Amino acid sequence: MSRQSFSGLSLIWRSFSKHASWQKQWRKATPKARYDAIIVGGGGHGLGAAYYLAKEHGLTNIAVLEKGWIGGGNTGRNTTIIRSNYLFNESAALYDHSVKLWENLSQVLNYNVMFSPRGVMMLAHTVHDIQVFKRHVHANRCNGVDNEWLEPEQAKEFCPPLNIKDNIRYPVLGAALQRRGGTARHDAVAWGYARAADALGVDIIENCEVTGIRRDAGGAVEAVETSRGVIQTRKVGVSAAGHSSVIMAMAGVHVPLESYPLQALVSEPVKPIFPCVVMSNTIHAYISQSDKGELVIGAGTDAYTSYTQRGALHVNTHTLDAICELFPNFRRLRMMRNWGGIVDVTPDRSPIIAKTPVPGLYLNCGWGTGGFKATPGAAHVFAWTIARDQPHPINAPFTIERFRDGYLIDEAAAAAVAH
Amino acid sequence: MLLIDCPYCGKRPELEFSYGGQAHLARPSRPSELDDQAWAEFLYMRTNTKGVYAERWRHARGCGRFFNALRDTTTDHFLAFYKTGETRPTCPAAAAVTGAAPSGLAGERTP
Ligand SMILES: Cc1cc2nc3c(=O)[nH]c(=O)nc-3n(C[C@H](O)[C@H](O)[C@H](O)COP(=O)(O)OP(=O)(O)OC[C@H]3O[C@@H](n4cnc5c(N)ncnc54)[C@H](O)[C@@H]3O)c2cc1C
Ligand SMILES: [Zn+2]
Repeated sequence: MSRQSFSGLSLIWRSFSKHASWQKQWRKATPKARYDAIIVGGGGHGLGAAYYLAKEHGLTNIAVLEKGWIGGGNTGRNTTIIRSNYLFNESAALYDHSVKLWENLSQVLNYNVMFSPRGVMMLAHTVHDIQVFKRHVHANRCNGVDNEWLEPEQAKEFCPPLNIKDNIRYPVLGAALQRRGGTARHDAVAWGYARAADALGVDIIENCEVTGIRRDAGGAVEAVETSRGVIQTRKVGVSAAGHSSVIMAMAGVHVPLESYPLQALVSEPVKPIFPCVVMSNTIHAYISQSDKGELVIGAGTDAYTSYTQRGALHVNTHTLDAICELFPNFRRLRMMRNWGGIVDVTPDRSPIIAKTPVPGLYLNCGWGTGGFKATPGAAHVFAWTIARDQPHPINAPFTIERFRDGYLIDEAAAAAVAH
Repeated sequence: MLLIDCPYCGKRPELEFSYGGQAHLARPSRPSELDDQAWAEFLYMRTNTKGVYAERWRHARGCGRFFNALRDTTTDHFLAFYKTGETRPTCPAAAAVTGAAPSGLAGERTP
């Protein structure tokens, strides 16, 4: 099938045939008996890894197995905040690798992922926040990552709806701004990678749940059991977010993960009113405006572990309390929808992108509340790890063994619920 | 919001409680004899069960006491509440104690 390419010109051209001539963006593949590698999980991370495996490592006899529909997990449920101003060197390298890939992703994939570097502003509300954020600003600069400190008046200039009066419960005392940060269209990321991977020969197989991992006498991976039959393979890359520990248990591997519901909600659509992304870790509010006009609001995690993909209402109302204080204009907006995703959280709030004790089994998980921003970067280094059976220098520190050896990458202090 | 049945005070809304994570984790009695792997298991590895999970809750804004619960993490439906120190109820017995279901979820799961 010849690949249709997307452009303004092709849009006009196809309008002459009333847009009836567009082809399906990827094939509906049925599982083959054997693949050179299998990716479990059709979110952005899994689809991206398949794309880079095919594109950069020449592995094209591969498949992505997704139990539901692609992008139906956290990829399609998140608030799409993208930034790289993390504290530690290891994290800065990983997240900034990703931001750099975001910058050209639409061109590379010939798919408009609507990356919009409109600036991400993190609010400080306490003396401790101020100290921590200024430390981040300096640490980021040493790592070549942009991040700048704003006084409250400058923050308001950057985001006019912001209330900087000192008569609210947690007044705004300043902010850290990463101008290269922003948002992207979540579904488009999954679809763009799927289409590009498919064009290189990758099979994208939906409604195919992995139910077991078979190992040979030496303990290495030899096949996966699925709801659509057994498929032979010597390499399995797991990118299953909230279900990562369930799948790793199929191979007898314990991982330090707990799965929690995380929620988001959107308002009725309004005209452009919100120019940037604002996040407040201290009072749990994350907000931006989509191109459709909805305010996209991220709430916190529930207190308990769960696999239900829904959370409690009080978690959302808590966030809306904070939003209403920070942005009094929004008090009378109605909220249209809310939903939850299941996020896999590690003890140090940093991901695991690594080989596992089982030969042929690779793991990319632990992205918790903030892995959308890392989609291209993580997928890129995960593909490298799978193809070469050794980590890329960027993901080398993000092992499972760091919890045994004490080399934690502790982003928890500042990023406990941060996206 | 969950409705939680404190063994000391009765049914109260989740807001009165704080979560204590996986239950029945005993601190190693001879800490100096553990190697790094064993410490990592104790400190960081949790079963993260998809299904019936034994977990701790604390009635932080009530009597202040810790207790345990069995909850099905695929439905958030509680199967049993029991005091710290008591052994984990077996599932049939647990089903009989079907205490609180989050409102609107009753009937979603046949105990
Ligand atoms: C409400 C919410 C807000 C968020 N906000 C942000 C944000 O603003 N910025 C940010 O950077 N991150 C955010 N995140 C986190 C982000 O969404 C995730 O870290 C990221 O999308 C994970 O991508 P993924 O591809 O690894 O996982 P997913 O997209 O969840 O993909 C995993 C896939 O694996 C599939 N799967 C599971 N088990 C099996 C099986 N047995 N067999 C086959 N397939 C299986 C699932 O169906 C799923 O589609 C948020 C998350 C949530 C829930
Ligand atoms: Zn009590």
